[in-house]
This record gives sequence, C-alpha cells and structure tokens, in this order.
Amino acid sequence: MKNNVAEWVVGGLLLVAFAVSAALVPGFRDVAYLFDRSTLLTETGLLALALTPLIVAGHIDLSCTAILALVGVIAATLAARLGVPFGLCLVLCPALGAGLGALNGYLVGRRGLPSLVVTIGTMALFRGAAQILAGDSSISVPAAFQGIHHLTLPKTYFHVPMLIYLFLALALGTLLHKTAFGRKIYAVGTSPEAARYSGVPVGSVVFRLFVLSGTVAGLGAALLLSRLGVARYDNARGWELDAITAVVLGGTSIFGGRGTIVGTVLALALVGIVQTGLGVAGIKAEVQVAAIGALLIFAILLGNALRRR
Amino acid sequence: MSEVLIRGVGLTKAFGGVPVLQDASIALRAGEVHALCGENGAGKSTLAKLLAGIHAPTAGTIESGGGGVALIPQEPQTFPDLSVAENLFLGRPPRKFGLIDWKTLHAEATRWLEIVGASLDPRASVRGLSVADRQLIELASALSQNARVLLLDETTASLTPSEVERLAGLILRLKGEGCAIGLVSHRLEEIFAFCDRVTVLRDGLVVGERAISETNPAELVRLMVGRESLAAVPRSASGPPAPGNGGEPAVVRLEARGLTRRKKFENISLTVNAGEIVGLAGLVGAGRTEVARALFGLLPLDSGEIFLDGEKVKINSPKDAMALKIALVPEDRQRQGALLPWSLWQNASLAGLPPGWLKPGAEKDLARTWIERLDVRCQSEGQALSELSGGNQQKMVLAKWLATNPQILILDEPTRGVDVGAKARIHEEIQARKDSGVAVLVISSDLPEILALSDRLYVLRAGKLAGEFSRADATPETVMAAAAGGSPNPNNGEPNKAVALSGSPLSGLGEPR
Amino acid sequence: MTRRELPLLVALALLVGVVGGIQPRFFSLDNLKSILLWVPLLAVVALGQMTVILTRGVDVSVGAILALAGMGTALVLRDHPNLNLFLAALLSTALGAVLGAVNGGLVALGRVPAIVATLGTLGIYRGLTFLISGGRQVSEYELPRGLASWSNEGPFGQNLFPWVVLLALVCAGAMQVFLTRTRGGRTLYALGGNPDAAAWHGLPVRSATFWNYVLCGAGAGLAGILYASRYGTVNPATIGTGFELLVIAAVVIGGVSVFGGVGSVPGVLLGCLLLGTINVALSVLSIAATWQLAVYGAVILLAVLFDDLSARRLRRTLTGEETL
Repeated sequence: MKNNVAEWVVGGLLLVAFAVSAALVPGFRDVAYLFDRSTLLTETGLLALALTPLIVAGHIDLSCTAILALVGVIAATLAARLGVPFGLCLVLCPALGAGLGALNGYLVGRRGLPSLVVTIGTMALFRGAAQILAGDSSISVPAAFQGIHHLTLPKTYFHVPMLIYLFLALALGTLLHKTAFGRKIYAVGTSPEAARYSGVPVGSVVFRLFVLSGTVAGLGAALLLSRLGVARYDNARGWELDAITAVVLGGTSIFGGRGTIVGTVLALALVGIVQTGLGVAGIKAEVQVAAIGALLIFAILLGNALRRR
Repeated sequence: MSEVLIRGVGLTKAFGGVPVLQDASIALRAGEVHALCGENGAGKSTLAKLLAGIHAPTAGTIESGGGGVALIPQEPQTFPDLSVAENLFLGRPPRKFGLIDWKTLHAEATRWLEIVGASLDPRASVRGLSVADRQLIELASALSQNARVLLLDETTASLTPSEVERLAGLILRLKGEGCAIGLVSHRLEEIFAFCDRVTVLRDGLVVGERAISETNPAELVRLMVGRESLAAVPRSASGPPAPGNGGEPAVVRLEARGLTRRKKFENISLTVNAGEIVGLAGLVGAGRTEVARALFGLLPLDSGEIFLDGEKVKINSPKDAMALKIALVPEDRQRQGALLPWSLWQNASLAGLPPGWLKPGAEKDLARTWIERLDVRCQSEGQALSELSGGNQQKMVLAKWLATNPQILILDEPTRGVDVGAKARIHEEIQARKDSGVAVLVISSDLPEILALSDRLYVLRAGKLAGEFSRADATPETVMAAAAGGSPNPNNGEPNKAVALSGSPLSGLGEPR
Repeated sequence: MTRRELPLLVALALLVGVVGGIQPRFFSLDNLKSILLWVPLLAVVALGQMTVILTRGVDVSVGAILALAGMGTALVLRDHPNLNLFLAALLSTALGAVLGAVNGGLVALGRVPAIVATLGTLGIYRGLTFLISGGRQVSEYELPRGLASWSNEGPFGQNLFPWVVLLALVCAGAMQVFLTRTRGGRTLYALGGNPDAAAWHGLPVRSATFWNYVLCGAGAGLAGILYASRYGTVNPATIGTGFELLVIAAVVIGGVSVFGGVGSVPGVLLGCLLLGTINVALSVLSIAATWQLAVYGAVILLAVLFDDLSARRLRRTLTGEETL
C-alpha cells in the first residue's frame, strides 16, 4: 500500500464525502440527479485524464483549456457560417486540437523548452486567437449540434459524454499501465536522462503526450459546444487548474514519475461529489472552490504524513 | 606521536535501524595524512561524515582537539550562480552597515585562493568551472574557517592525473603546516603515494589500522575483502582475440572512420573485431565518453562514417544504435544508467522492452535470471534499485544491456566506484561476452583495469587518436605517455608525475610487492 | 548581468520606434503616462514572484492574494472611511504577507510542491474573497477619494510620475539592494542554483523558503490596495483573475529562469515595462483590444525561444555540447 498511498487517501475521502453527503443532503441518493450533475464535469474530466500521462512524464499543459476554447470558436464559426454538420465537427475538433497540441509538443519535446512557460505562452496565444476570431460575442450553433449530454444509453443514465469519459479512462489506463509506451512515460518522468540512455525516445514521447492533450481538448470542445450551444473565447477559462487539481489530488506527482489513471478517476469523482453536495446544501460555486482547494492541500499533507511513517 | 586533532571512540551509526558503522575508533593527528579505505558500503564515508559532524553518531563520542573539521565531498557542493568569492565565504560574507562589503570580500577571497594555489578570479561565476577548481574553492573555504582537520571524501575520483598531482602537492603542504588530513579512498596507489597511516573498514567495522610503512597493497586488499588476494583483474589466458584461436581471420564487427565532432574529438578511426575487447584509454576529458556517445547516437557527428560488419550505417539516435545491436553502459550510473526509484525488474527490462503489451511475469523472470547470473545482492527483484549498493546497482545496469543481447558492447567506466568483489564479477562477465563473439569497447580511467581487459588499446589525447597498442606493447608507461603527451621517462615534466601516481607498479592491485 | 537586460532594452526601443514611426501620437504625454501607470501593479507582484521562481518555486496564488487582500482592505475602508490610507496600505500588505505565510508554511514545512500548494490556496483565497464580500462589489463612491489620487497625482509637474509609480520604484530599489547586497538575498540565489548544496552547507533552506513566500505574498497584498486605487471598483468576481499568469509572463520575459538561480530586478522591471508598452501601443495603433492576449502569448514564446537560442550558442562556443 506504501506505493499507492495517494489512491487510498483519495478513495477513503471519496467514501467519507459520499457518506456525509448522502446522510445530510436529501435527494443526494437520487442517481438520476447525480448523473445529470456529472455532465458539468465531463469536459474537465477528459482534460484531467489526458493531463495525467503528461504530468507523469514530468510536464504540464496549461494551454489545454485555451485549445478547447479556440477549437470551439473555430468549429462554431464553421458550423454557423458554412453549415458544417456536427458529425464532421466531431472529427474535425480533435484534429484541430491535435494540431495545436503539436505546437506545444514541438516546443517542449523537440526544442526542450520548459513546459510551464511554453504552455503559459501558448495559452495566451490560443485564447488570444479565439478572442480575435470571436471578439466578445457568443457564436451560436444550429440546434442539430446541441444536447449531446441528453442522449443516453437506452434504459440507463449513462449519457454520451460520460460514455466517452469512461472509454477514455479505460483506454488511457491501459496505455499507461499495460503497455511498453506507458512504461516509457514513467521512465521519462522519473529521469529523462536515464530514459534517454536506455533508448527511450524522450522527445517523441513528450511530443505525443502533448498531441494527446490537444486532441482530447479538441474533443472536449465539441462536447462543450453541444452542451452549451454557444462558443465564446473565454469558455472553460480556468478549468485547466481544476483539471490539474484533480490529477494531483489523485496522487500524480507534479514532478513526474508517479501517478495512475485510477487515482485521477477517483479524484474526479470526489471533486464531483463534494461540489454536488455543497451545491445541494446551497453553497455557491464561488465558495466551493475554497473547499476544493482545501481538499487538495489536505489530501497531499495526509499522503505525505502516511508515506513518512 | 604528534597531537591528536580529532578522535572518534566507539562510533556507531544506524540509518533506519540498519547499522552502517559499528564501534569504530580512529584518531587523526596533526601533520599526518590518514587514509580511510574499504569496499563500497564499508562505512568509510559514514565515518568521515560523523567526524565532520554532518551526521550525529547513534553511539560513541567524538573528541576534538581544537580547530574546525571540514569535509570536502567528491562532488563539490558549490553554487553555480554565485561568484567564486561568494562561494568561498558562503553564509558569512564580510559586511558593512549590514550590507555585503564586496571589496573586502574579493580581497579576502583572493588571499585564500592564493593559499590553496588556485588561479581563479574571485568575481567570476562558478558555473562552468571544473570539479578540481570547485574542490579548491571548498578547501579554501574550509581553511578560511580555521579548519585544521580536512576530510577528503573520494576527492580524487573525478580528477585528471595532473589535477590529482596538484591536489597531492597541496595536501602535503597542509600536512606540513600541521593540519590533519583524512582521505577516504579505495585507490591503493594514492594511499601508498601520499598517506602516512591507513584505517581499513569492512562491513561497518574497523578491521585494521596500519602505518603505511608497515603494510603493503596485498595486505590492504586482504583486509578490505576479507579473503586472500582476490585478483581483481585476471589477465585472460586467451591473450589474442578469441577467434584467432582457431586460426580464422578476425572479423571486423565495428569500424569507425574519421569521426569528428567539433570541440569534442577529431578524426577518430578505430575498429573492434568480433570476440575482441578493445580499450579506449586517455585522460578524463580526452573525448573518450563523447566517442562512445556518438557511437550510440547520443551525440551527433559533424563528419565521419561508421561501418557494421562492413556495411555503412547511420546512427542518429539510441534507437538506431539498439536496432543495430549496440549497447552502451554509461559512465554516470546514478543519472544515466539507473532509474533508482524503480524496482530491479523494471530496470532490467527497460532497454529490451518489446513494443506493445507489458508482460510483468516475463520481465520478473528475466530479472531473476540476471540477478542470479551476476550475483546481485538483493532481497528480491521487486526491491527498489536505490536500496542496493553501488556495485550491485552497476550489475543491474549491465544486466539491462546484456538482456538486449548486444553484438557490440560499449562500456564507459564499467567499474567506477564499484567494490572489488563486484568488479571481479563484472570483469568475468565482460570476458564471457567476448568469448561468445561480442565486440567489446571498454573505456576506463583505471589503468590496471583497462590494460588487463584489453586485447588491443587506443589512446585518445585532447580529442585525437594518440596511439594504438597491441596487448604486448601496452604497458602503464607507454599508455600514460601517449595519453599525457610526454615521453615515458618519469622524470620529465609534470604530466609524467601523473604516470608515477596512476600507473606505478603500486597500482597492480593485489600483487604483493 | 546585462545578458538579459540589453536585448530587452533593444526590443523595447524597437517597439517604441516602430510604433512611434507609424503613429507619432504614441509619444504623447498621455500615452507615456498610461504606460507608467500600467506597470506598478504588475511590478510589485512580479518582484515577489521573481524571488520565488529564483528558488525553483512558483506562486500561482498571487492573483488570489491580491484579490483577498484588496477586497479585505476595501471593505475596511468602506466601513471606516476616515482610516489613514497609509495604515490601509500597511494592512493590505500585512494581509498579503499572512496569506503568503500560509503558502510558505505548506511548501517549507508541509513539503507540498509549490505549484500544488499555491493551486490549493488559490481556490481557498478566491472562495474567501467571495465570502467576506458576500459576492458584492465595493464601488468607487464607497472608497475614500484620496485613494484614487495615488494613481492620478504625483510630486512632479504634470503628474507624470504618480505616487504608485514612485512606490513601485522604491520597492524595486529595496529588492535590488536585498538581492545583491544582503546575505538573505544571496542565499536565495544559492538555493535556486543548487538546493542540494544549500542543505549540505547548512544554509537555512526552510526558513529562506518560508520567508520567500511571505515576501511574495506581501507584494501581492500591496498590489491589492494599488488595484483599488487604480480601478476604483473592487469586484470579487473580476479582481486579479488570471493575474498570476500575467505576472509569471512578465518575470519570464524579464529573464528569470524557471530552472532557478538566474534573474535580476532590472530585467523583471523591463519585462513589466515591455508588456505595458505593448498594451498601450496596441490601442495607439487602433488594434482591437482583442489582440492583446495573443500578442502577449507570442511575446512569451519569443522570450523563451530567445533564451534557448542564446543559451545554446553560449554552450556551443564554450564546450561544443548540444543538448537533445
């Protein structure tokens, strides 16, 4: 258990949070309600999943939500002006996101620049580009685009964004934990130099992870567009911090080399339950951020204390 | 006997309940150079750290006879972004009105730098200075703080022979001025060249103390290893390259023609036959490591060609090199060779990991095979590599590459910082690979080692090929002369004093004199 | 030292020259004033952030500290309109220092990675800002009139140098003396350049780290009241949002290395000045304000690329080594 302290901590907190919420908050045990609330978190969840391997590799992508916003604005413009159908956008958005992620990947993976600074730069660049394109206005998309989160698997509460999230969690979990490529991601995060001397193509691993992050952000753009019905340049602003919070809460080391998809999934569920519980209890979203922040710090301190014993 | 400056009595130290030093007693005297020697993990560094007050002993006492104690580590603990003078007066710069008085600081620094014989600008940034220069800064800093006991922890390990020579001169001078010097080392040649007394440790115990005049290398090795002379480097009986045994012509496996990399090396041409061990000798900084890195695709070439079995190949990345069955065991085990937090089995499988699904069962089996074969001392294959001793870590790094079944094996300092037992095991394995037809290229600063291992030897000097020696022609004198650029006459200028230090018969480890 | 400042000055001169060439109106007093007024808020926070990045840390909560300290002070001033403004400034700074101390405690004592700790407190401070204000803004008419005059009036003619600019310059001067002439300042460079060696030499690593975050928080706290002075209105939803990224951008453009140990006060000031000049230049050139963010992004990327190229050139001439 020593190696998985963080997962146990977040799992335990999840149980506590669920028990407390279920006991105190009437209506919390309504499964339909919980699933409905979960739509609010799916885009952040997708970003967190894609950020997990990137952070395990010792890097960070602050620009993922800016990619999401820019891709959303482009897709909405295409749909509104040229009548591009939603089905095509579902393919186009991830592709656009991949292209933007490749710029990060080139600067960090190939040129060896620090990812924190590079992605702060591209974050401003991408969101700025979205602002240039959209200005301060909202671009509406045709009705055919909207409501993907209302589509559910027959006779269940599983809506499409949730299914995509679960599929991605499974796919990335497999990639990270069951394949040679995943092992190499950990090697890069543990010691890039030792990894290079062991024949791991460090630059190309990092490049691909940034492309992955961009692709998923593009996919998130399509889902958000469908959910909100409009694209704005400031969509999803600040969500990158929520996503990183979830990843770190789930036990991924910000320095790389350690972390699991299971941890991220548990942490996202925890964040979702805490937010929903607080929301039902009438606490405003602006104040909920304080609870999430405190939770993050508490979980890390608890993990540190348990690990030292 | 002269005044005792520091005395440790019954010193015991345990980390997390595991004793690394037990009931050790030692006295360092003014005007004496006292060596602490032993295999890796014998506890000699721990003893030095206890004396310097860096760790507190679990039991035992330390009596100081006045004057400070300073420990100079192998890797100098300096600050790259501060100036030489600031490093020298770290944390205690002269001040005026509460602000740093730069003028006095530089004047004082200049004075102390002169005392240790370092020609450095006190205003210069420390970034980019050599290890030797940074060690001198630390020594000057220690002296400026009135240190009379100087403990040097493997200080010479990463120095060139001429730098060792300079340091030896300084040590002798400080000894003459009444300092007590403690020298942690496992280089016997050093111990016999400039120490007066030696304390030998084994498995955390002091197993003997001798005056240098009353002992010999064979005895020290026996004390260190606890066995009768473990001839560290068996000169292989087969002599000439193995394929030569059957009278068949040697097969050139690897050929390099005119390899050039700006400021690193120039026009390097060499060949390595199948079933042959070729040495690459030279001083530190002569470009040996860079040639190895270039052959493994880690350093791009400006010009030159590489042939494998007569076919021209391009090696632009380690991936290319590995596809051609080349392996490189790098010189820096901690940073380049090993993923220390990882388990043994994950380390062992990393280089040979086939793409696609992981097979942990097979990986663990592989690790167990190599642990047994190389006699790695560990609890299980699931143990973290960081918990092993240096020698056993090195065996696992070797295992990682041997597991890829290389046809060309490049070893850069394969036994640096490795204890005598592990060294012998690693040498056996290298010989075994050679006998199975692998082309081996060995880089080593350990002259006896490279002479004993190599069937043929190239010498690099300042990035250029300075000579090629057959096994018969390669002697410590000829090789060092080529490496240092002088004649083999040991009374002829500074570089050759280095020959006396590194290549003297004293260094024939384990041969009784 | 001049390795960074010189290129920045050249870039600044080029920018001013080109923009002034296209639109001579750029050289008007008003524009100069708006540039000067834009910088102080950023600079006092950037100076603190710089010392944190210097020691390989980062404080992403500075925007939230600015918000909480600024909101707290604005509320006190609303309820006590006769409070001495200098006391109010001290209060704002002290509030920031306390919030910074929480960060420092988490990083130095709790061993929480800097970015994680400050990410957590970012949320907490934002939530608290909303809580203490009840989600309502403090409007211009609720604040003492003297506060706004800090940003409008100054000791010299034409009010070219408002008090806030002088204040920022004093802070920068103090920081310069601290970093180059005191043991504490040099300890920060030592710590950033080689943390292992700092521990080895028994430098006070933990307390230096702790006070570093206190200092950074104090700067952000001071910026809180400067924000109120400059904008008049303090709104919990908008004050300081995303400001941490602008600050980090200014510091990085100013030549502070995220790998630690490298950076100077003049560089950071020039970084702030460059961003301010771009801001005003865009409006002078009648380029829509929507372009600002993208231009900032491009400048950040250019700055890191420039650093990389010059470092590579230096390394190549020194050793012939090339990374990757």
